[in-house]
Amino acid sequence: MSAVADTHSQEHHHGPAKGISRWLLTTNHKDIGSMYLIFSFAMFLLGGSMAMVIRAELFQPGLQIVQPEFFNQMTTMHGLIMVFGAVMPAFVGLANWMLPLMVGAPDMALPRMNNWSFWLLPCAFLILVSTLFMQGGAPNFGWTFYAPLSTTYGPPSTTFFIFAVHIMGVSSIMGAINVIATILNMRAPGMTLMKMPLFVWTWLITAFLLIAVMPVLAGVVTMMLMDINFGTSFFDASGGGDPVLFQHVFWFFGHPEVYIMILPAFGAISHIVSAFSRKPLFGYASMVYAVGAIALLSFIVWAHHMFTVGIPLAGQLFFMYATMLIAVPTGVKVFNWVTTMFRGSLSFEAPMLFAVAFIILFTIGGFSGLMLAIAPADFQYHDTYFVVAHFHYVLVPGAIFGIFASAYFWLPKWTGHMYDETLAKTHFWLSFIGMNLAFFPMHFLGLAGMPRRIPDYALQFTDFNMISSIGAFMFGATQLLFLFIVVKCVRGGEKAPAKPWDGAEGLEWTVPSPAPYHTFSTPPDVK
Amino acid sequence: MSVHAKRAVALAAGLSSPAVVMADWTMNMSPGVTGTSNQIFSLHMTILWICVAIGVVVFGVMFWSIFAHRKSQGAKPANFHENTVVEILWTIIPFAILVAMAIPATATLVEMYDTTESDVDIKITGYQWRWQYEYINEDFGYFSSLSTPRDQIENRQAKGENYLLEVDNPLVIPVGKKVRFLLTANDVIHSWWVPEFGVKKDAIPGFINETWTRVDEPGIYRGQCTELCGKDHGFMPVVVEAVPEEEYNAWVAGQREAAEKERQLTEKDWTMDELMARGEKAYQTACAACHQADGSGMPPAFPALKGSPIATGEMDAHIDIVVNGKSGTAMQAFGNQLSEVDLAAVITYERNAWGNNTGDMVTPKEIFDYKNQE
Amino acid sequence: MAEVQPQQGKRSNSRVIAWCMAGVVGMFAFGFALVPLYDVFCEITGINGKTGGRYETGVSNAVDANRTVTVQFLASNGPGMSWEFRPVTRSIRVHPGEPVTVNFYAENGTDEAMVGQAVPSLSPSEGTLYFHKTECFCFNQQPLEAGESTEMPLVFIVDPELPEHITKLTLSYTLYDQSQKAEVSGAVGAGKTTNNNG
Repeated sequence: MSAVADTHSQEHHHGPAKGISRWLLTTNHKDIGSMYLIFSFAMFLLGGSMAMVIRAELFQPGLQIVQPEFFNQMTTMHGLIMVFGAVMPAFVGLANWMLPLMVGAPDMALPRMNNWSFWLLPCAFLILVSTLFMQGGAPNFGWTFYAPLSTTYGPPSTTFFIFAVHIMGVSSIMGAINVIATILNMRAPGMTLMKMPLFVWTWLITAFLLIAVMPVLAGVVTMMLMDINFGTSFFDASGGGDPVLFQHVFWFFGHPEVYIMILPAFGAISHIVSAFSRKPLFGYASMVYAVGAIALLSFIVWAHHMFTVGIPLAGQLFFMYATMLIAVPTGVKVFNWVTTMFRGSLSFEAPMLFAVAFIILFTIGGFSGLMLAIAPADFQYHDTYFVVAHFHYVLVPGAIFGIFASAYFWLPKWTGHMYDETLAKTHFWLSFIGMNLAFFPMHFLGLAGMPRRIPDYALQFTDFNMISSIGAFMFGATQLLFLFIVVKCVRGGEKAPAKPWDGAEGLEWTVPSPAPYHTFSTPPDVK
Repeated sequence: MSVHAKRAVALAAGLSSPAVVMADWTMNMSPGVTGTSNQIFSLHMTILWICVAIGVVVFGVMFWSIFAHRKSQGAKPANFHENTVVEILWTIIPFAILVAMAIPATATLVEMYDTTESDVDIKITGYQWRWQYEYINEDFGYFSSLSTPRDQIENRQAKGENYLLEVDNPLVIPVGKKVRFLLTANDVIHSWWVPEFGVKKDAIPGFINETWTRVDEPGIYRGQCTELCGKDHGFMPVVVEAVPEEEYNAWVAGQREAAEKERQLTEKDWTMDELMARGEKAYQTACAACHQADGSGMPPAFPALKGSPIATGEMDAHIDIVVNGKSGTAMQAFGNQLSEVDLAAVITYERNAWGNNTGDMVTPKEIFDYKNQE
Repeated sequence: MAEVQPQQGKRSNSRVIAWCMAGVVGMFAFGFALVPLYDVFCEITGINGKTGGRYETGVSNAVDANRTVTVQFLASNGPGMSWEFRPVTRSIRVHPGEPVTVNFYAENGTDEAMVGQAVPSLSPSEGTLYFHKTECFCFNQQPLEAGESTEMPLVFIVDPELPEHITKLTLSYTLYDQSQKAEVSGAVGAGKTTNNNG
């Protein structure tokens, strides 16, 4: 590792190697960032097409397209692929591209490890996706893989699923270590912690969360592996285990995990809102503290996913209060963004459109989250489509719109060309309408009593399901337009200046567009 | 968006389907028919309106900026970026609102947890994929499974009014009485939910959970399993019939009598045709979910019965696997789940349906003897 | 940066990696530590309804004759378990502090010898701390020959400290078929199971 770091710190401005080995062996943060982003988009399309299968089956009551067992495989794989294959790698990709540029470093701190952590991912997902073709089918127990459905009653492919989770866990941990090392050791002289851009801050906190919880996920799947193959009884009541223990350990990982998927988007949105309001971000320090508070609180709220398992009253109350508390720092962030826009000089290019939609729709998801936190009411919401609506509102316009906003914001820097603004705006509006059409009716479905993860439903749920499916198809198809826009932008277009957005701030805009293969070989000075 | 506007959107999208005719546009939670469900409903509405109010204020400011502070209209940016007083205010105010919300929520929760002084105790056991109800003080119990015909699910027949929300034997409870439910599961985690009662509780294998309800109005209430429990998770509804007390008592007496009659049926002389007819019915409820209506199964997890070595081979081995199950597989022991009559009927059916024509017949008496000679 | 800083960078990078790896290993261990921690936590608070092991009557409990508590018994079979298993007494009214004996009936109706293991669970879970078993068939595995039946005793004391608002306790046993596990792991497995179930 050190040898690599040394060669890279030498001042030889060679370009990228040629051919396939450039991508296989690269240690360049920009190459690796691009690979992460491309991989993530491929997974987004794959997970998305599974969502299309789900929505097609739910278009009408009755079984039309798939049988229940395959439907369950689709919901499980959709969840796993979107969480671990699309959203998380996309943020790691953004981190790879932008962190060194934002802190004025020549590359990530551990370039060789960076290469490994990327190439583990395709391996992990090759294994995961291959389970679809195995006897007994792919995992069919939901992305939360509750025992004993996933252990005693799991399909034979469960062991491969566990192996895949282990590999992607190792990849995430290596990525997180790299981010921490880069941020702590590679900042340009003069860039103190409280001068770091917010995207850097949110990623630093996200990386700590990853280090804290990915090993717990590895632990829980290891326990499953032992229950399945080595006769232990961690989660098997007949041997003295406890299926509820699984849920405690899983959600100890699972709740911080949802913040892992949203915190980097918070950071990126802060830059974008400030840039297109042409006004400095309001309350920088309180933003940093809010993210820290959210991260800390995320460790003591896990049991709000388990209000119906029979936790005693005192526990129920504790987890309810703790969960409600998260609304405070989250609210602070939203107020800060809105105040940043207030009395600015606003313009609405694609990144800003996605950012504004992010704030509005994420807040709606936050509201439904607050409702879900109220334990007595949660008895009615739990495991219904209301929950599905809630987490899609925080993940689609939250994480995914955050990624789109970042992509449009930084595409000129990556490619050297401006993207097609008209197409990008079309992409936004179609996504916005499709997304709301797909997920807003799910609130009604859940309140009317439709449980989640069912392949067929009672007749009173028909109409909203149809609307939801139409919205989903629209949202899904629109994403092909994004692919077209990006390809078009890579291949050509109006030349982008070093700083294409007049309100943007930060070191990344001081290097030319496209960013040269090697940047900041000499560290910049930060005042 | 109004209901009419939505309908227009749906129509404009060119949707026409027989199902639309059946539909309604329920958009909100039902207040339900119990004290608990009413309290939950009012909590839900309170929180919803608080969220709407906060939303109006926050988005109001935002949209004001979007309209009034545009660059295209010559807005010049201000340069403020900090204000400690404002930051403290918008930390404290939401906190106060949260405290206000937590108080009624806590009160409701405390009441939901009070299971004392119940009048009727019912044990509910979740199975893949049906519910078992046992009236533990009355000495009888039964299984409750989906009664929607396969043909409706597979679109060969028009769907009935209570499609997927109907069962063969609903749970019957008296109105005005505190009914305590004790929940557990046989295989995986299930969750028992009746929205109109405001009752949802997980049924966990090896563990016992309790909850309660007191229904004020007689009626039929429908719910579903809400914890993913495998293939037919979407096909294990909950149906509860709340009846006046006298009717309930009569029903309990009737159930006891029926149990007695079932014992007598065992003694009756059954013909092949009678057994085949009863067997087909029992097969559809107990076996078809896995082994399929046409006996083709879903290998490898659920082997085919059509032409299978067990269904066409030794009779004793066939009875044994149905009565005692096969450990380590999904095949349950039906000995305690089905009556002797149903066991005999199912086995006879399996040995003669779908071209298995073995001509074998087993009587309820023989099953009874088999169970007892062991 | 090129000439000077790599040296520093390298040193502190390995330090960061070391700290992070320590965190990773620690959290992985913590994941597993959650299992015993959860058990200990449950034992102290009784939250999952798993009743404790054998109760040693060190302190003599005064019988509270003014108060009666209903104790209800349930029996279920685990998947694939075909024994007949039911409480002989369905429910009983007891005074806190007095030792009470009840029986459970089990019959192995199959034609082969089997081993059963009963797993207890108490509701409301808040009462778990106050339900003491001095003798229970669930402490051990129960082997039964083909066709054999047995009555299995349970001796318990309801603690006089039981919170006032609890008037009814429900003790549920689920009987699991352990024949295969008993064969494979023999005495070791049996010992472990017994400890865990207590």
